[in-house]
Amino acid sequence: MTLLITVFASIISTILWYINSERNDLRLGTLSLMYWGAALMWFVDAIFEYVEMGEEFFTPPSSDMLNDGYLGLSVVALGLMIWLVIVITKSSILKQSLNK
Amino acid sequence: MGCFIAPAAEAVVTTIVKKRLDFKEVGEDGEIKIECKSKNMFLRRLNWLNTMLWGGSALLAFEHVWHGEVVPWFPFLTAISNPTDTAQMLAEMSTVGVSMSVFVTAVWAGVVLVTNSIEKAPMSNIRVAEGGARK
Repeated sequence: MTLLITVFASIISTILWYINSERNDLRLGTLSLMYWGAALMWFVDAIFEYVEMGEEFFTPPSSDMLNDGYLGLSVVALGLMIWLVIVITKSSILKQSLNK
Repeated sequence: MGCFIAPAAEAVVTTIVKKRLDFKEVGEDGEIKIECKSKNMFLRRLNWLNTMLWGGSALLAFEHVWHGEVVPWFPFLTAISNPTDTAQMLAEMSTVGVSMSVFVTAVWAGVVLVTNSIEKAPMSNIRVAEGGARK
């Protein structure tokens, strides 16, 4: 579930980066690369889990799915927070307002 | 248990390499531009790998905090307190962790190769249009 949510976050952020490719100040590329990095790592983790568990991997108990869903959403929120800090600290608008 | 440590260690190495290759240039408008000294296509795109590794490691570290495997006090990894868990953690780092690093690096290398071929494509088209032979 965490992998699935992160993959969706990666795809959405990549589409947003593509649409706003003229606006470098938004640093959407950084956000999408961050999510893609996490999604690829969880994909490898999922492969190892599948090898260990077999078909059981695809039918997790609903309590585990709920917990993983919460974790996935929290991961997306954390990624957005990191991205926001990067955008604000590296923004030229912020530097200009601080220099005034 | 500690699989995110392997990509994080690779991220440290790639960050050091990138810092050594970058130089800052101040433009006429006072804006600082960071350029890469190297002409190598992989080294020029090292920032992509850096972002993927640091971002992925940070988000995976959060997952480990969520599951109680990483704590904010010494020794930070709960598996270290028990020798059996430590052995399991090291085994996981050397299998899952290393596989994660290799996979992310392989995907990055593939993306760099594709990007490079796309960047070169318009130049070859121009040569054909000008009457040059297309190799």
